[in-house]
Amino acid sequence: MPKLTINGISVDAPEGVTILEAARSIGVEIPHYCYHPKLSIAGNCRMCLVEVEKFPKLQISCNTFVTEGMVVRTDTEKVHKAVTGVLEFLLIHHPVDCPICDQAGECGLQNYYMQYGLHKSRYPLEDKVHKKKVQDIGGQIVLDAERCILCSRCVRFLQEVTRTGELEFFHRGDHSEIAIFPGKPLSNHYTGNLADICPVGALTSKDFRFKCRVWFLKSAESVCPGCAHGCNVLADFKGEILYRFRPRRNDAVNDTWMCDFGRLEYKKANEFRLLTPIFRENGTMSAVSWESVLYTAASRLREAVDAHGPEAVAVIASPQLSNEELFLVRKLAEEILSTPNLAFTSRTPGETVSDDFLLREDKNPNSRGAQLLGISEDRFDGIVRRIYEGKIRALLFFGNQLGDLSDGETALLLQNVPFVAQVGTNEGPVYRSAHAVLPCASFAERGGTFTNHAGRVQRFRMAFPPRGKARTGIEILNGLAVRLGTEWNFTGEGPVFKALAESCPPFAGMSYESIGPGGQVAEEGR
Amino acid sequence: MELVLTRHFDNDRYRHLDTYVELGGYEALRKAFAMPKERIVEEVRKANLRGRGGAGFPAGVKWGFLPKDLSRPRVLVINADEGEPGTFKDRLIMSRGPHLLIEGIVITCFALSAHSAYIYIRGEFVREARILQEVVDEAYAKGYLGKDILGSGFDLEVTVHRGAGAYICGEETSLINSLEGKRGWPRVKPPFPATIGAFGLPTIVNNVETIADVPWIVTHGGEKFASLGVEKDGGTRLIGVSGPVVRPGVYELPVGTSLRAILYEHAGGLLDGKELKAVIPGGSSTPVLRADEIDVPFSIDAMAKIGTMAGSGGVIVIPEGTCMVRALSVLMNFYAHESCGQCTPCREGTGWLAKVVRRIENGEGQEGDVELILDLCDNMMGRTICPLADAAVMPAESFIWKFREEFDRHIREQKCPYGNRFEVPCRS
Repeated sequence: MPKLTINGISVDAPEGVTILEAARSIGVEIPHYCYHPKLSIAGNCRMCLVEVEKFPKLQISCNTFVTEGMVVRTDTEKVHKAVTGVLEFLLIHHPVDCPICDQAGECGLQNYYMQYGLHKSRYPLEDKVHKKKVQDIGGQIVLDAERCILCSRCVRFLQEVTRTGELEFFHRGDHSEIAIFPGKPLSNHYTGNLADICPVGALTSKDFRFKCRVWFLKSAESVCPGCAHGCNVLADFKGEILYRFRPRRNDAVNDTWMCDFGRLEYKKANEFRLLTPIFRENGTMSAVSWESVLYTAASRLREAVDAHGPEAVAVIASPQLSNEELFLVRKLAEEILSTPNLAFTSRTPGETVSDDFLLREDKNPNSRGAQLLGISEDRFDGIVRRIYEGKIRALLFFGNQLGDLSDGETALLLQNVPFVAQVGTNEGPVYRSAHAVLPCASFAERGGTFTNHAGRVQRFRMAFPPRGKARTGIEILNGLAVRLGTEWNFTGEGPVFKALAESCPPFAGMSYESIGPGGQVAEEGR
Repeated sequence: MELVLTRHFDNDRYRHLDTYVELGGYEALRKAFAMPKERIVEEVRKANLRGRGGAGFPAGVKWGFLPKDLSRPRVLVINADEGEPGTFKDRLIMSRGPHLLIEGIVITCFALSAHSAYIYIRGEFVREARILQEVVDEAYAKGYLGKDILGSGFDLEVTVHRGAGAYICGEETSLINSLEGKRGWPRVKPPFPATIGAFGLPTIVNNVETIADVPWIVTHGGEKFASLGVEKDGGTRLIGVSGPVVRPGVYELPVGTSLRAILYEHAGGLLDGKELKAVIPGGSSTPVLRADEIDVPFSIDAMAKIGTMAGSGGVIVIPEGTCMVRALSVLMNFYAHESCGQCTPCREGTGWLAKVVRRIENGEGQEGDVELILDLCDNMMGRTICPLADAAVMPAESFIWKFREEFDRHIREQKCPYGNRFEVPCRS
């Protein structure tokens, strides 16, 4: 392991590491645009120049590998002049349209200008080279060629990650620009990443454009609920509204990427939400109190068990629920209702897109968790049949959607159940048939863990408290259990996970600490 | 005087194989085939053969950078993208003595155990590309290329590849990218071509003239070649003289011939008895010399000692009465136009330089513009992936250092003292 010094600080860096990475490991940030940890080295922005002893010229730290005894300085006058010089070059043709640019606030040009530049322009306004602005290049992306600093991250992403190569450089010298080929827009399921990796405002998200200034946004560490891959994300929000998902680096799951479908999943926390407990009787809906809805749901379940036996009630769990919630669902079904009718399904309606990268066939974040917690998927069809045969007198349903059934099929099927209680987040076919609606907090309003397709248990954090009158799944389940005569006292996901880890072998020995930021793999038969 | 390359260039039939062979051609190849490969490399090293493309790197040393193991095929690439303004010597070799190049290629490939070679020829050299293709076809037909060359058991495939008209493709790594069918952008080094070059294989890129010298070295020995030149810089050089001289053209002269002799004896001095104002000695990228600086031997090291370069041997003569600001403006437009746009200081710096020099020439210069140019140069020099930025900076700095008064006068008088003005807008 080579030992070197950076700004006089001694560093032990692994073989094959660059100066830029070694510096980062000791908290010395070297400015850069073209370097990206998940893309090949381009070395074209020239921002990361550093002084290396015995080299007459400044070296780019992104492509200079550490060697034994190397002496690196990033803080000399020579380096500073070089970096400010490069920054000045990058800015001469820039339109400086920050007031109308979505990147403002998280822009590499703004940030480094404040840190290294602060110069007055020496370049005449009328000499600026103009390029095309506001180009819809397909996918989720708008291109503004004038703001582009030609770092080539986007071009490399499309060559190396998606291997679709839609963007290329055209022309030469200071007329160089990136563009799509005529008539060939972006055509892959990962276009949103281009806005993330673009260090300036050249590639912006159509979805996020002009929605919110980034400095108003707060971020919560979350996990995309859009499929079983479990891409780590930052959920950016203001007040009780989510504005966007951005991928969060996890090399074991999604590197620094996410798909275009997942990127829009945040909308589910905003739109068509269930925010008030509701009763539906004879086709009329009325808003009710939590006390009333919990009491009614609990007593109707109890009555059905008492009158027709535990086989007459069913609990359908959802792979959209967290492990913690699913644990309590099973506990409630098995220990309180003692019904064998507990199942879930990972089926979802409509065509689904999947690939061998991040897009999974299963569009639920926690099917694997449900399996590992011992909730059966095989029994689902049997329960549906029993509903159809009129044998289910009370149904406790979690989620918004009954498998892959259409709206009409759902309505027809649920007509056969005298009492349907739904714990759901959004309007949907089940909501339209349920007799009692127990509004549940969205993924942004509660915390917990999901287990992805590979068994990796990952935490998602609460961004803000439940909207409206919605409550977390744990609160709702605890409330039902208490009203079913138990002395449950589960508050918050932490204690529930502890209980889960103590009683479910695949999760044995796990804790929120051991899961950490990167997740931890649960093993079947552990 | 011993001529290494041009001895038979007056013979119109010399470019044909039969004549070339009659005049002793391919004898060096036969001799090389009988030599141990390391001996050939050793002779080239002893010859002090310095690269003729511009950088002047010793050819034998460059060959030594190839990885020692032969597990990956090696490639020889001939840089025939002669694009440096003022340079037109490789063109002469390719049109008058192309078999010298082919023979040099076969010997070099044999010595380096390379079985494929590419000649990357400048796109504008339509005629030379045609000649080279004919010559290559001829050599294949007569067994000088292809399988089992001259019964030696050595195989070599040679491909002539035409560039598409970009100065930057004369830089060896962008040449390789272009050869591979990619955009002609220089590669970030490391890795160097000797380890990962064309098609990912260990690659040596040499200039046409460099390789054309190899047969003579094999025939006469490295020491003999070295003795033609000066210390650490052997042989003869093709020197192209352009500008208002009596006999412009390409001259083969021993390395170390004085620049004054080149201009006044060989090229016959300036036309109409004009006074010399300045000389760009080695192609447009090399720092300019004043008229009083030409008593210098034309060798790589002697030129370096006075702050300029022998470069590619393209001597550009600038007579009295030439506006140096205008001359620089023309050069700066060239570099701004040819910058590939990959890395920041060159992409933005060359265009900016062109604009500032141009506004000075047009009488619109401002106080501080000369200092601005020098500062931009400082921010470009040595900061880029390839030497194109340096190539623009070297003339800019040297023009100002040596002819500062002309720049100042343009700015002071708000016009060109020579009455020049560019009417067409600067592209960049």
